[in-house]
Amino acid sequence: MKEKIVVKNLSKIFGRHPVKALEALAKGKSKAEILNELKHVVGVQDVSFTVYEREIFVLMGLSGSGKSTLERLLNRLHEPTGGEIIIDGTDITKLSKKELREFRQKNFCGMVFQNFAILPHRTVLENVEFGLELQGVDKNERREKARKVIEQVGLSGNEDSYPAELSGGMQQRVGLARGLSVDAGIMLMDEAFSALDPLIRRQMQDELLELQNRMQKTIVFVTHDLDEAFRLGDRIAIMKDGRIEQVGTAEEIISKPASDYVRAFVEDMNRAAILTAGSIMEPVRERAFPGDGPRTILRKIRKNSLTGVLMTDTGRNLKGYIRAKELVEYINKHKDQEKIPFDQNLLHQPATVNKDLPLNEVINTYNEMAFGPIAVVDENNRLEGVIVKGAIIAALAEEGENNADVKPGEIVEK
Amino acid sequence: MLPFRIPIKDWISAAVDYLVSEFSAVFDGFSEFVFFLVNNLKDGMLFFHPLILIAVIGFLTWRMAGWQNSIFAVIGLLISENIGLWVPFVETLALVLTAEILVMVVGLPLGIYAARSDRFNSIIRPVLDFMQTMPAFVYLIPAVMFFGLGLVPGVVATFVFALPPLIRLTNLGIRQVPKELTEAADAFGATNMQKLFKVQIPVAKPTIMAGVNQSIMLGLSMVVIAAMIGAGGLGTNVLRGIQRLQVGEGFEAGLVVVILAIILDRITAGFGQRKKATSQA
Repeated sequence: MKEKIVVKNLSKIFGRHPVKALEALAKGKSKAEILNELKHVVGVQDVSFTVYEREIFVLMGLSGSGKSTLERLLNRLHEPTGGEIIIDGTDITKLSKKELREFRQKNFCGMVFQNFAILPHRTVLENVEFGLELQGVDKNERREKARKVIEQVGLSGNEDSYPAELSGGMQQRVGLARGLSVDAGIMLMDEAFSALDPLIRRQMQDELLELQNRMQKTIVFVTHDLDEAFRLGDRIAIMKDGRIEQVGTAEEIISKPASDYVRAFVEDMNRAAILTAGSIMEPVRERAFPGDGPRTILRKIRKNSLTGVLMTDTGRNLKGYIRAKELVEYINKHKDQEKIPFDQNLLHQPATVNKDLPLNEVINTYNEMAFGPIAVVDENNRLEGVIVKGAIIAALAEEGENNADVKPGEIVEK
Repeated sequence: MLPFRIPIKDWISAAVDYLVSEFSAVFDGFSEFVFFLVNNLKDGMLFFHPLILIAVIGFLTWRMAGWQNSIFAVIGLLISENIGLWVPFVETLALVLTAEILVMVVGLPLGIYAARSDRFNSIIRPVLDFMQTMPAFVYLIPAVMFFGLGLVPGVVATFVFALPPLIRLTNLGIRQVPKELTEAADAFGATNMQKLFKVQIPVAKPTIMAGVNQSIMLGLSMVVIAAMIGAGGLGTNVLRGIQRLQVGEGFEAGLVVVILAIILDRITAGFGQRKKATSQA
């Protein structure tokens, strides 16, 4: 992989005499001491990392951890106090103002912000053109380019709308399109989706991943949301107090946390994203088989006091779901018959999920379905277990350790 | 308390005397320029039949502030003409417009500069406070000394009085442009000028237009006072009403000032909000 951005010993200190404070920092004074004694704020201290070409690199940390400051150092919106930032072999900390401006035009797709930062007095089309306009691109050419990008982000038909007429998600698409319209390699995104409501945020994350597949930019994405970081990031840097605690892939960070801080952080992660359907399912207590008559099936249901039962063949291949209520009505209608034939209309398509599906997606399935439990199946569509609503709630409410290895049924019994 | 009196009054007098004697050529040149502006504006407007000007103003109000305001403007102007105050009305309009042009020429750059430089801002703020709180009449004295009696000192006094709100609101408007917007422009590699003209001024425009509106309103209030030094226009009629205790005449002139104020207010306010209104539709 080619190195795109190499950061070496980068520091940023806010205050009147940052260099003096930097020296104190190098002598071992802490961030708090520098704030109290020297009245200087340490934004980023002695950070080194590499971002490779075409990856999504996530800077992740709580507020005040220096992640946004670090991102703004990368294009020198903040002047670094010390250290080097080498982009494609050029140390940008040494560029003059004019050189820096040209470098930004050539290498950065602007920036995408939490509050969108699109111009309220311009239409969508004019906003998307903005970056090209600053570069002095001819009007017809930039119009054409802008229209193409607007289509890519799914804003066709809104070219002449003003930002105030658009929803938050759509406004952020304008911000994205504005960045993508420029032929530059690096896209900086600062809490880009944090102001959106959760469903839209999820959708935008998916779209960003899809766009990235086609666009192949190098993206540095700042977020405070660990779920988002794990979802988007090829690699993630976890920051605390202006330092990077750990850089790695999601798996590396979860399986080998480099410090107690990272461990605590990962443990706090949204359980719904870690737990899978398989980890909370219950074993199947009773099944109906294709040869069973209606009365037999009803007996099986009654014996286990269920509201319905799943039908599989003997190889556990899922056939359908039978509701007790409908079954009773059907039997009552044919009361006088000695042997009632099984009616295929009694068989419903149950909601099914793969056992590896994360719990948060299982919840979506639950919301969509009208009745019955969720059938959990393996790769070959063979029934493994069932999930009832109570089990999901119990699993989410569960406090304490990571429950990924909980045995089926265990949670339900608690 | 002190054994002597601080001679502020002598200092000011000496300074004004010095300026008058040493820079009279400058003041004369400026005076001629302003006189030329006001007079041509006035003659230009009086050249047309009142109905034509009324139609033009009515049209402008309609475009900027809707038909309700436009109807009000036309009726108000017709009344002004009917009660024989058309010429003073046009004189006052010319005076205010000239003063406002000068205010914009001076005020916008100063306001922009104040927004970009904290140091300049801290210098100009007390000066603006001073200009706004000093009783308006006080400006008349040096205005007369520099420019004599008549139209020009009226314009100058109006200019001084109406300048502060534009500088303040331009400064405020540009400072209130969200930081992310300017950062976005920087991140794309915008020059300072591109940032100013493509981001800061357009985004600050409603606030800047509020400043223009405010300074026109202040200017109008000063125009009446300026009649005391012979600036002419509606103020003269108001003043005559006071001097001769003719309530009716004074009221009529005052009414026309109000009509003019409302028309100018609606037009400039409409200009500031025009874009916003369409974007929210």
